[in-house]
Amino acid sequence: MSEPIIRLVNVSKDYDGTEALKNVNLYIRKNEFLTLLGPSGCGKTTTLRIIAGFEQPDTGEVYFEGKNITNVPPYKRKVNTVFQRYALFPHMNVAENIAFGLKIKKMDKKTIDKKVAEMLELVNLRGFEKRYVDSLSGGQQQRVAIARALVNEPEVLLLDEPLGALDLKLRKGMQIELKKIQKYLGITFVYVTHDQEEALTMSDTIVVMKDGTIQQIGTPEMIYNEPKNAFVADFIGESNIVPGRMIRDKLVYFAGREFQCVDSGFDDNEEVDVVVRPEDIKLVSEDQGMLQGQVESVTFKGVHYEMMVRSAGYEWMIHSTLMEPVGARVGISILPNDIHIMKKVGAK
Amino acid sequence: MKRTWYSYPYLVWMVIFIVIPFLLLLFYTFTVNTDKGLMFTLDHIKRLWDPIYLMVLLRSIVLAIICTIICLIIGYPVGLILASREYRSKKVLALLFVIPMWINFLLRTYAWMTLLEKDGLVYTILKFFRVPNPQLLYTDQAVVLGMVYNFLPFMVLPIYSVLTKLDKNIIEAAEDLGANYITILKRVIVPLSLPGVISGITMVFMPAVTTFIISRLLGGGHYILVGNLIEQQFMVVGDWHFGSAISFVLMVVILVSMGIMRKYDNEYEGGAIW
Repeated sequence: MSEPIIRLVNVSKDYDGTEALKNVNLYIRKNEFLTLLGPSGCGKTTTLRIIAGFEQPDTGEVYFEGKNITNVPPYKRKVNTVFQRYALFPHMNVAENIAFGLKIKKMDKKTIDKKVAEMLELVNLRGFEKRYVDSLSGGQQQRVAIARALVNEPEVLLLDEPLGALDLKLRKGMQIELKKIQKYLGITFVYVTHDQEEALTMSDTIVVMKDGTIQQIGTPEMIYNEPKNAFVADFIGESNIVPGRMIRDKLVYFAGREFQCVDSGFDDNEEVDVVVRPEDIKLVSEDQGMLQGQVESVTFKGVHYEMMVRSAGYEWMIHSTLMEPVGARVGISILPNDIHIMKKVGAK
Repeated sequence: MKRTWYSYPYLVWMVIFIVIPFLLLLFYTFTVNTDKGLMFTLDHIKRLWDPIYLMVLLRSIVLAIICTIICLIIGYPVGLILASREYRSKKVLALLFVIPMWINFLLRTYAWMTLLEKDGLVYTILKFFRVPNPQLLYTDQAVVLGMVYNFLPFMVLPIYSVLTKLDKNIIEAAEDLGANYITILKRVIVPLSLPGVISGITMVFMPAVTTFIISRLLGGGHYILVGNLIEQQFMVVGDWHFGSAISFVLMVVILVSMGIMRKYDNEYEGGAIW
């Protein structure tokens, strides 16, 4: 395991009485693609701004390569930021925008021109040097913003929902491109998004946040397959979450009957949340099902159908490539492996 | 352009108060009453080509430029401070700059007369510090002071309003790219606030170059700026033709200087980008 490049220790931040961050501890390894994921107001952007230096934490410290940089101003930090709304300089052309940081470092003109050309090549904007930023599309502006940050060869690149304003197709393309750039340059990316799919696609590590606290840290697979609590399960992908009770290890009661599961380590009769992914529920004939129910709605989603089935007093979301018509009586079957048991989080 | 009925009142207004007066001005400027009736002439404009009148025009322009420069030097930092994050929520300070504008500007100028006159407050203070025989009222300095005092808000407000609309992410981006505050000011804030500066300069220079009340009150009865000259021709001498001619020349001077400024403004932003 490589040395962490950034470490946040007990960081808290308060905005006019609302706690944006509560005692956050986080380390970021060199060269990894780390994503801060969560709904709006979860503190992910605040975390990024504290790393960039735009905000000072109320308590706690920020370390960069082992040095405390909590009170170092942004212009002295070895990180660069790509802003959500690009924040390009409207009075400069593309080349001048990208050269801004290099000119401040007083590099000679020849080196600057060479580096700017390299960056434009990297972000596929060759020939755009003299264009003014207002004449560019959103996607092109975003590329300029990325080039403007990367040209300074930062140790860490911070990206604040950089693809938020782009349309779906463009966004997908940029996701792949960003990942490629990150691999190619071999630098650390800290990426903020509320889009779980984006996070799963690009990240080495995902940090799921909610209400200023970290819910779970892990690889995309870990986060998706082993969500730590009902919030993470619900936020990462779609989930059926129902209340249940552990009878004993590997046996859980929910939806009016007992199910075999693979989880253990809970107290007997402990109240828990039971999470089942929609694609993990099998539709079978009524008499073969563990639960019986009736199809209430069917939506075609392209690859699969999304069906809502009412059974045992709950609505179950089921993804399947086979379609059952509305009103059909069906059976539901869930394998022990697909039942995820989670500790109840404070009632809310 | 599509004109609908609700634009007619404004059109009527503009015709009555802008177009007709302007035509009258042109009419008086280029005509003369002779025995044979009205005749076209350039004599009124030629008459202005007298060193006495040219000096008045020149002095008016120089004083207006000085006033504009002082307003800019004071006004820009004020706009910057008012628009800064610390003060943005505190509208009180911005209000303090606006409140004097609620009082008639004649009254404000009279107030300066009392402050500056012999045995007035400022006079007494200077005397106390043993400044020998301070002459305050009826000087160029007093006139410039009066102009700066009266026109400063017209410089501060456009600059302030442009600066408050500045995207704070752009400033953060500059900071992020390694610029300290001085560099950000030089490379980002000032260039982006130029439209406000231009409009501030326009709004100060124009009333400053045409003022006649401030020069009359603070400059004294014999103090003549071009505004006073025009006023005299209409109100005292009764020579509407010459009065119109001076107004016409002044208008041309203002239009030309605005044109030069607009051109400079456009060049700075690299063509018609906005």
